[in-house]
Amino acid sequence: MEHDFLDRYSDIDSVIHKLDPRTKLITTLCFVLAVVITPATEWRAFPCYFVFISILLLLSKLPLLYVLKRALVILPFVFLIGIFNLFKAGEAVASVHVWHWQVSITHEGLLVFRTVLTKASLSIMGLILLSSTTKFPALLRGLQQLRTPRVMIVTLSFAYRYIFVLVDEATRMRRARDSRNFGGKRVWQMKTVGNMVGTLFLRSYERGERVYTAMVSRGYDGQIREASPLSFSYRDAYFSAATALILISVSTTSLLW
Amino acid sequence: MKEVIRIDHLSFKYHDGQEALRDISLVITDGETVGLIGPNGAGKSTLMLQLNGILRSNGSVQVFGLPTEGKSVKTIRNRVGLVFQDPNDQLFSPTVFDDVAFGPINMGLSEEEVRQRVSKALGWVGMSGYESRPSYHLSMGEKKRIAIATVLSMDPEILVLDEPTNNLDPRGKWALTELLKELRMTKIIATHDLEVVALLCRRTVLLDEGRVVADGPTDRILSDTDLLEAHGLAAPRKMPAELHPC
Repeated sequence: MEHDFLDRYSDIDSVIHKLDPRTKLITTLCFVLAVVITPATEWRAFPCYFVFISILLLLSKLPLLYVLKRALVILPFVFLIGIFNLFKAGEAVASVHVWHWQVSITHEGLLVFRTVLTKASLSIMGLILLSSTTKFPALLRGLQQLRTPRVMIVTLSFAYRYIFVLVDEATRMRRARDSRNFGGKRVWQMKTVGNMVGTLFLRSYERGERVYTAMVSRGYDGQIREASPLSFSYRDAYFSAATALILISVSTTSLLW
Repeated sequence: MKEVIRIDHLSFKYHDGQEALRDISLVITDGETVGLIGPNGAGKSTLMLQLNGILRSNGSVQVFGLPTEGKSVKTIRNRVGLVFQDPNDQLFSPTVFDDVAFGPINMGLSEEEVRQRVSKALGWVGMSGYESRPSYHLSMGEKKRIAIATVLSMDPEILVLDEPTNNLDPRGKWALTELLKELRMTKIIATHDLEVVALLCRRTVLLDEGRVVADGPTDRILSDTDLLEAHGLAAPRKMPAELHPC
C-alpha cells in the first residue's frame, strides 16, 4: 500500500533539501529559540522573522497549500492553549456575565494571546520546513550525530518503520469488518472496535518479538551501531552563517530601534 | 563430506506446554540443500530457530561442532543466516541499506567493508540501486529478496529459509528459485511448496507433529503420494520437464 503522509515532499530538488540534516536541525532550533526569546514588546522583529522563514519556504519549493494544511493541523492546539490567556488579570476590554461570574477579556490578555499565536506560528513554519525537506532517516542520522541518546533514535526509527505496517494492518482489519456489513447498535460497534484495537495491540506485540528474533539472528547484542557518517559541505557552512547573522541582526536591531 | 549440523535426539516444548519437536535426529553435511517439508504446525519453524540458538534445548544441536549455547552462539549466528517468513519482521530499518548493513555492522566490520558487503549482497539478489529506498515501499517479491540480502551480507556458510516462496506470485516464485539455485552454500529450506523442493533440493526431510517422518532423496519422497497425503501434503501434479532437481 502507498503511504506518503510522512515525508511526501522530501524528494524535491532544492537548495534547502540539499543541506546536511544537522545544519537544518541546528538552524531550526536556533530559529525557534530566537523567536521564543524575542520579547513581545519588540513587535517589529516578528515580521522580519516571518519574511525570513517565508523566503526559506519559497526556496524549498514546497507547495504553499501543503504548508498551510500542515500548519492547520497544529494551530488548533496552540489556539486552545492561548485562549486561556485572554482572561489574565488586567485592564478589561470586554466582559461577559456567565451565570454569577464576571468574565473579562483584558488588554494584557490580548497581548499575550497575540504573542503566543505569532511565536507558535513562526516556530511551526520553521518545523514544517525542517520536517518536509528532510527525509526521516536523514533526520534521525542527523540527530544521532548531534549526540541524541541512542535509545531515542532507535525508538523513533522503529516507530517510523512500523507505523506503516500498523496502518496497513488496521486498514485490512477495517475492510474485513466492513465487508461483513458492520453495523448495529452503538454498544456493539464500540465493543467490536475495542476488540480490534486489542487484536492490533497483540499482533504488534508479537511482531515485536519476531523482529527482535530477526535482529538477534543477525548478531544484535543490544548495541546499535552505525556505518556511515554524514559530511558537511561549503553549502552548509554558508547557510549556517547566513542564518546566524540574520537571526542575530533581527533580534538585536529591534532592541536598538 | 564434512558435517555442519548435527541434531541428536532433540525434543522441545514451548512455555505453554505445547510439544513442538520430539526426538529429532538429523545430520546435514557441507554443501547440501535440504528441503524441510511438512504441514502447518509440523515444527518446521521451531526447528529452524534451534539452528542458531534462538530457541535452545540442552546441547542436542551442534553447528560446526559447536553447541548452540553460551559463547559459541555469537559465532554460530554469524555463520548461519536465518531468513524469516514475513519480510516485515526481517526488514526493520528505515532504508534498505540500513537493513542489509545491520548484520555486517554487528559483526564489527569497517565502514568500507560494510558498504562492499551491502552492494555485493544486493547485487546477488538483483536489487542493486535500492540502497536508499525505504523498505516498506517495496513489493512482496522485492521485500523477500532484500530479506535474503540482509543475511547474505553476513556471508553465511549455512542459509536457512522459512517459507521463502510464501505470498509470491508464480513469476516471483520462479525468480526466487533461480536466485536460490545460484547460491552455493549449504541451504535448508522449510516450506510446504513441493515444486520448489523438487527444483532445489536433492534431499528432503518430512516433518509432522514434531517428528521426522521421512528423510531421503527428494525424488523418492515426492513420488510417494501416499506418504505425502498422509501428512497433509500434495505432490506437485506434474513437474515441468526443465524443472529437474539440481
